[in-house]
Amino acid sequence: MTLPSSSDAAYLTVEKPALLPGRKVRGDWRPPGFVIRCISPLAILLFWQLSSQLGWLPSRVIAAPSQIGGTLWAMIVSGELATNLLVSLQRAVLGLSIGIIIGVVAALISGLSRRGELVLDSPLQMLRTIPSLALVPLFILWFGIGEFTKIALIVLGTTFPVYLNLFAGIRGIDPKLIEAANTLGLSRAELIWHVVLPGALPSFFVGLRYALGISWLALVFVEQINTTAGIGFLASDARDFMRTDVIVICLLIYSLLGLLIDGLIRTLEHFALAWRPSFVRT
Amino acid sequence: MSTHELHGGAKPLAAVQLHKVVRQFGNQRVIDDLDLNIAPGEFVALLGASGSGKTTLLRMLAGLDNIDSGQLRVPTARAAVFQEPRLMPWKRAWKNVVLGLRVENAKARAVAALTEVGLAHRLEAYPATLSGGEAQRVALARGLVREPRLLLLDEPFAALDALTRIRMHELIIELWRKHNPAVLLVTHDVDEAILLADRVIVLAQGRVAEQVRVDLPRARHSGQPGFQRLRAQLLGLLGVEVETGDVEQNPRYSHG
Repeated sequence: MTLPSSSDAAYLTVEKPALLPGRKVRGDWRPPGFVIRCISPLAILLFWQLSSQLGWLPSRVIAAPSQIGGTLWAMIVSGELATNLLVSLQRAVLGLSIGIIIGVVAALISGLSRRGELVLDSPLQMLRTIPSLALVPLFILWFGIGEFTKIALIVLGTTFPVYLNLFAGIRGIDPKLIEAANTLGLSRAELIWHVVLPGALPSFFVGLRYALGISWLALVFVEQINTTAGIGFLASDARDFMRTDVIVICLLIYSLLGLLIDGLIRTLEHFALAWRPSFVRT
Repeated sequence: MSTHELHGGAKPLAAVQLHKVVRQFGNQRVIDDLDLNIAPGEFVALLGASGSGKTTLLRMLAGLDNIDSGQLRVPTARAAVFQEPRLMPWKRAWKNVVLGLRVENAKARAVAALTEVGLAHRLEAYPATLSGGEAQRVALARGLVREPRLLLLDEPFAALDALTRIRMHELIIELWRKHNPAVLLVTHDVDEAILLADRVIVLAQGRVAEQVRVDLPRARHSGQPGFQRLRAQLLGLLGVEVETGDVEQNPRYSHG
């Protein structure tokens, strides 16, 4: 079809030749996206290595990537890394589990009953404003400098994000859904199980993410007070011996574990919240 | 103040009985000495301006609101469909249909109900993947699966597009004929009320201002003789004056 007077200034005409079967719209090859994404980190790494070798970056400031790699390998082979990692993970998992359980139970009590809210919410809101790490001196006086204090601090830090988010999630359920459930003759237990809890689940996951981040932060901190094992211990020990390579490895481990846990939560969410519009496939 | 609920057994004279019912919020009487009966199997449409008390009345009948004085009798087997489908987003369509239903063959019941509303192929769908009309049909199936003797419809078609609304009108009449519950439809749409109902009630200031029996033969359409006269009468009662001259030749909907 030919359009009349395609040069007319009052019209914008877009013309393209008809596509032939089998012909790609854009024929020329391009490198895949992840390769392009790797270019600048690799360049930085290369520059870092060169700077170290040329003596611009002394190893007491930061070790060369090659040295870090070598130390990492040695630590893996000797089992030093695995042992300390296991100790750290145990602390994090234990503290986090207790914190999540306390947070969930408290949120259920004050979220599901007005009386529970009156009793529980204000003390928890008051406690929440205290930075958990500010309690370290008191905890050391109470519980000593052993394992209990470390776990207790992680528990303290992780309880509140779970509590606050789950509480808000329970109270934020669409009242129209509650009404619909009431016309369907659901008992209170059924209402909680079929409507309130599934509806509050997305908020719970938000709280869980915060709690995980905080547990990691608390771990870094508590492992630098009187410990003989753990990633934090490795880092503070390395500081005493000016081993910047070990410190960098500890940082790497922290960030890798953070990524790993984030991935884990994403997977969990994907299954638990399969009904959400962003996850649903039509 | 008392609330009785009808149970099975002796055949009642009315599915719904309200006698001198009062509901007030603060000093304002939203429902004011209201008397209203709905016969078993009767299709009643409730019209009224905003604030006339329609929604409060429907909520009282659904058990979502209390009465302050008077007498109210409704069947315990009742179901409500609202303007929004109000499906639980985390439950698949069939699970939504049987939510709160304590029977053994729940899945079979859900399948039957969803088949009735033409959604046999969407059993496992999450509400987020349903269109507005589909979601509303699931809500309808959720109501009907309870075999209600009173079906309460709170502007259930208001949020649907015009074409879907026509199909929903046909569906609701078909299902009403099959299951024969008493129906109370709250609507703003005078045409919809005339197309569907046996009787149209106009509510004003919490009382029945006027009742009009719709005697037009079924499979109604807006070009039917008498339709436009009824429409003008009802609009007049709602405070909208229209001319009834040449509109008769221009049917808007036809079905039911």
